[in-house]
Amino acid sequence: MTGIEAHVAKPYELGWETDIESEKAPVGLNEDIIRLISAKKEEPEWMLEWRLKAYRHWLTMTEPTWPNVKYPPIDYQAIHYYAAPKQDKKPTSLEEVDPKLLATFAKLGIPLTEQKRLTGVAVDAVFDSVSVATTFKGKLKEAGVIFLPFSEAVREHPDLVRKYLGSVVPTTDNFFAALNSAVFTDGSFVFVPKGVKCPMELSTYFRINATSTGQFERTLIIAEEGASVSYLEGCSAPMRDENQLHAAVVELVALDDASIKYSTVQNWYPGDEEGKGGIYNFVTKRGACRGRNSKISWTQVETGSSITWKYPSCILQGDNSVGEFYSVAVTNNRQQADTGTKMIHIGKNTKSTIVSKGISAGRSQNTYRGQVKIMKSAEGARNYSQCDSMLIGDQCGAHTFPYIDVRNSSAVMEHEASTSKIGEDQIFYCQARGIKAEDAVSMIVAGFCKEVFRELPMEFAVEAQNLLAVNLEGSVG
Amino acid sequence: MLDIKNLHASVEGTEILHGVNLKVGKGEVHAIMGPNGSGKSTLAQVLAGHPAYEVTEGTVALAGADLLDMSPEERAQAGVFMAFQYPVEIRGITNAYFLRAAVNAVRKARGEPEYDTIDFLDVLDEKLKVIGWEDTFLTRAVNEGFSGGEKKRNEIIQMAVLEPKLAILDETDSGLDIDALKLVAEAVNTLRAPDRSMVIVTHYQRLLNYITPDYVHVLHNGRIVRSGGKELAHELEAKGYDWLRQEAAVAG
Repeated sequence: MTGIEAHVAKPYELGWETDIESEKAPVGLNEDIIRLISAKKEEPEWMLEWRLKAYRHWLTMTEPTWPNVKYPPIDYQAIHYYAAPKQDKKPTSLEEVDPKLLATFAKLGIPLTEQKRLTGVAVDAVFDSVSVATTFKGKLKEAGVIFLPFSEAVREHPDLVRKYLGSVVPTTDNFFAALNSAVFTDGSFVFVPKGVKCPMELSTYFRINATSTGQFERTLIIAEEGASVSYLEGCSAPMRDENQLHAAVVELVALDDASIKYSTVQNWYPGDEEGKGGIYNFVTKRGACRGRNSKISWTQVETGSSITWKYPSCILQGDNSVGEFYSVAVTNNRQQADTGTKMIHIGKNTKSTIVSKGISAGRSQNTYRGQVKIMKSAEGARNYSQCDSMLIGDQCGAHTFPYIDVRNSSAVMEHEASTSKIGEDQIFYCQARGIKAEDAVSMIVAGFCKEVFRELPMEFAVEAQNLLAVNLEGSVG
Repeated sequence: MLDIKNLHASVEGTEILHGVNLKVGKGEVHAIMGPNGSGKSTLAQVLAGHPAYEVTEGTVALAGADLLDMSPEERAQAGVFMAFQYPVEIRGITNAYFLRAAVNAVRKARGEPEYDTIDFLDVLDEKLKVIGWEDTFLTRAVNEGFSGGEKKRNEIIQMAVLEPKLAILDETDSGLDIDALKLVAEAVNTLRAPDRSMVIVTHYQRLLNYITPDYVHVLHNGRIVRSGGKELAHELEAKGYDWLRQEAAVAG
């Protein structure tokens, strides 16, 4: 271990477990399990049919092998596809929610009770396969905004869900999206009607607690004409020796003049120093800019998970629509990340911006994979891509796979890439000014990620920066 | 203030300093001159604690404390400042932020309260007034996209803000045109103080036209071979460094 590496290894702070009895579906996956999940969620018949169709298609598919990550085969029959904290009856208000669950979220920094909850941020708290509580539902309803756990939305707003579900990520899209479509349990549903600017930040916090389970959440956000919304998700899980699968699907739809800002601070358990345990974070996130002048912006800070596989993308269909992707991906120890974005330009004068910052430490592998596709119809399209990699120590790897496909000669494409190393000289320079080596690393990394951090909602920018500092602590020295 | 005795130091197993002896009193300004490869920069780096240099023999005392026993940040906290010959860039971090981090790290180590952002701007203002420079540097990222001259000036700003007890200027004049050189020298002069010692490492005499040292030492082959007053610098300028080699050859 060189000097620098000694500064990046530190324990995962959210790795504790809530001692709560959970009710699980029998292990394994078959049509009966899917029926069970659907019944638990009291879903209408069409929803079950949709799931079964996805499942039958999934059976014909094979797991992708193209990502630049390595892991032993996943036994899909060894996973519990549904786990929920046991409760006698369904809580109808916060007072009826098991205090252990409220305490769990409070400990994670997400207080849900009336007195303590974050002002200005509405939170949906998801524990294993169920939503525990959603705050500010009433206030949002007054503004016309629907913010509900997905399973409630299916029951209460079936027409909206049916209209948009699977319209951006079809059930057949890819192996993990198909699996998610078959077994998804909870997640958030957001609908912002025409002309409404959502009055507060919306946020969902996902917590995996039960053993041998997977979490398969589904999120759907719709912004009608002229509407706008900013949404943030956070997540964590206990430390376990087993790998747990998290296969989510997120779909965003923006109509004319609408804008959606979607931010992620991902801190799933990354596994131990030798790579034992940790979450497999295999996620499909995609937004459709359907309307003219619509905008979808993804910001992600990825620090956790043993393996990350996700490409939040934008389909720029409406003329003048804008897609953005700002990403910080940090890997340490044995973590592997293969992440990036796809920007598909279909409409005229569509514009996309990609800013990706990869930081690798320890013996980790960090890959940026991005595609920019300019279709024939996309007259006057523009893309700006910037991919920067930073290496800490000499045992890690940074990889960049940019795919560019231009079919309209009026397109303007810019691509910049850089690779840098936190050098002994940079650290020494800070030390010579009185700053400790660990603090120097945090500072250098924060400076490197600045363009991404400033895209985060203010409430979370500081948290993200701290998270990064903790995650890299111990890897230099 | 600074007492170096029989200092031997090597880099990657090759000894560069072969027994340096040097005493710098409180408030004194010493110039270390010498040809390329004489060990001048090595001496500066060793004093600042660069990890690539290994001290194999000798002692260095700073106001009686064992300097070699301290980490680089402890040295800075104890009042040592080195103006780098090649200042490093730190992308995305403004000079103002960097300076506050540095000042607060030093204050924290000394048990003094840290400055918040607003208070610190006042402190900065005041320090910049001393050297009479504009604050346009402060909002730019640390040395990022700076010209050679700007980088050197930035080092002096840091020195002004950190108020060291011992300032080591490592080839601060290299890469400066005459106007920039004057500007830097004037600032350094205003920072001379009865409780601040300076060690100015330079190849050329020209910096010493503007900063008048109390003592001049000539470093050659890792040893101080000649010490004298400021006139020694002029002698070197007139004669070059060749005579040193001849003397060394005669002596050898």
